[in-house]
Amino acid sequence: MARMKFLCDADRCIECNACVTACKNEHEVPWGINRRRVVTINDGKPGERSISMACMHCTDAPCAAVCPTDCFFTTADGVVLHSKDLCIGCGYCFYACPFGAPQYPRLGNFGSRGKMDKCTYCAGGPEADNTPAEYAKYGSNRLAEGKLPICAEMCSTKALLAGDGDIIAQIYAERVTRRGYGSGAWGWRTAYKDAATG
Amino acid sequence: MTHFLTRLRGLIAAAALGLGLAAASLPATSPATAQAPAAPTPAAPAQASEQMLFNYLQGNVQGRVTIPDQRAALLIQPQGREFQHFHRTTLKWLGGIAIGGMLVVLVVFYMIRGKVRIEAGLSGRTIERFNGLERFAHWLTASSFIVLCITGLNISFGRELLMPLMGPEAFATWSQWGKIAHNFLSFPFTLGVLLMLVIWIKDNIPNGEDVKWFAAGGGLIGHGHPPPTRRFSGGQKVIFWAVVLGGGAIAVTGFIMMFPFQFVTTMEGMQLATQLHGIISIVLIAIILAHIYLGSVGMEGAFAAMGSGHVDLNWAKEHHGLWVEEMMSAGRGAAAPEGARKAGAD
Repeated sequence: MARMKFLCDADRCIECNACVTACKNEHEVPWGINRRRVVTINDGKPGERSISMACMHCTDAPCAAVCPTDCFFTTADGVVLHSKDLCIGCGYCFYACPFGAPQYPRLGNFGSRGKMDKCTYCAGGPEADNTPAEYAKYGSNRLAEGKLPICAEMCSTKALLAGDGDIIAQIYAERVTRRGYGSGAWGWRTAYKDAATG
Repeated sequence: MTHFLTRLRGLIAAAALGLGLAAASLPATSPATAQAPAAPTPAAPAQASEQMLFNYLQGNVQGRVTIPDQRAALLIQPQGREFQHFHRTTLKWLGGIAIGGMLVVLVVFYMIRGKVRIEAGLSGRTIERFNGLERFAHWLTASSFIVLCITGLNISFGRELLMPLMGPEAFATWSQWGKIAHNFLSFPFTLGVLLMLVIWIKDNIPNGEDVKWFAAGGGLIGHGHPPPTRRFSGGQKVIFWAVVLGGGAIAVTGFIMMFPFQFVTTMEGMQLATQLHGIISIVLIAIILAHIYLGSVGMEGAFAAMGSGHVDLNWAKEHHGLWVEEMMSAGRGAAAPEGARKAGAD
């Protein structure tokens, strides 16, 4: 079985934010919630890089470990999903997540959070595949249709890669070898530990 | 930044790039010069490599985002893994040892020492120890604290202890209500702590008598012969300050958590508030368990102080001798209430 991962080639990302837009459109993500975002570091300085970041679907996911209601589960493809039926919106996963992936619709009293929303790797939730119930809570389930996440599929510079970890790592390695530089697979060290990168 | 880049150049060259295999296959004289115009040597082309930024920023990689949520500019915060470890391991051990340990200590203590009796027996006469406002403040704090404890412990330990019994759905529903109760009861709890602070602080200033009281083993080990105390004994003062300071800290960290990123704006600050809230709460729960024990099964006549507000005179003399004397002398100097007649005047 494949181990699905994201890899953003920061030397190719042009900060067009199309991945962000495509994600929001595909899943009809509510206003104020971003399952994916593009962060520019060293903005305006030498060495400026943009990185598209979402849930990295970590090995031994911190969100799952701190969740009081154990609402997370990892699929056979290594995708970390969660159940909005079990989520109580406590916010712990946001503090544990190294990538700022969990998002909360703000509702109710004080700063109280609604049920957490995050990148599903376009793989829906615990409901049956491509049912209206699943779509309403988690958006579309492209993986069940044999498609990869929309953000990577439509990336104009092919900076954002999605697919089996070994395969996209190989693609990236070939790129780095051919062009002679690369700033690393962002977040892989933190997300997957053993698959550490520079 | 440029200075820093130069300084770390060797490091980066070693740690380099991509996926290990890529680094190995890279030619030493890569055509990287064009990519790094600011660099005097072309050895390290990747100014923005993750590891380099981690070293520079000591953890967090912060950037710029074009979306309104500026928290999203924090690209990677590896200390989330430490938060994970704290919640999965540290807090569980701490809670188990503090709360479980205290329960064991109390049971063992009860078996050895038994109930602390009123040695002179009940006198049948009572003296007012706590008035209505004092008891209101106590029970306001106590009742909200008990619900806060149960719902708070549920967040930390319910997944292991309760969920297997209730099933995930029922547990999630119960936890959802628990969270709402936890949020709302924070207000009466805070009010109760503040009330108690104002009402009782004058009787709880530590002094030399407390040192003697502790030196004599207090009311428990000293077996009923500690030095007589004023209104509150040294042990009670400890409880008072634990509740005021601990409860205050729990309230402050709790409100920080309830209004995320409002009072505290950094990720580290929010993580610290969450962790402190857990640690202090567990310690306070352990202390309050001992308090509940002494106020109920542990000591004869003690519950009446917070129950009816009137304690037996012999209990008061044995536990708060100086206080009884103060009250009596104040009573002797007072004028008789209007309409009062001497005993036996009829």
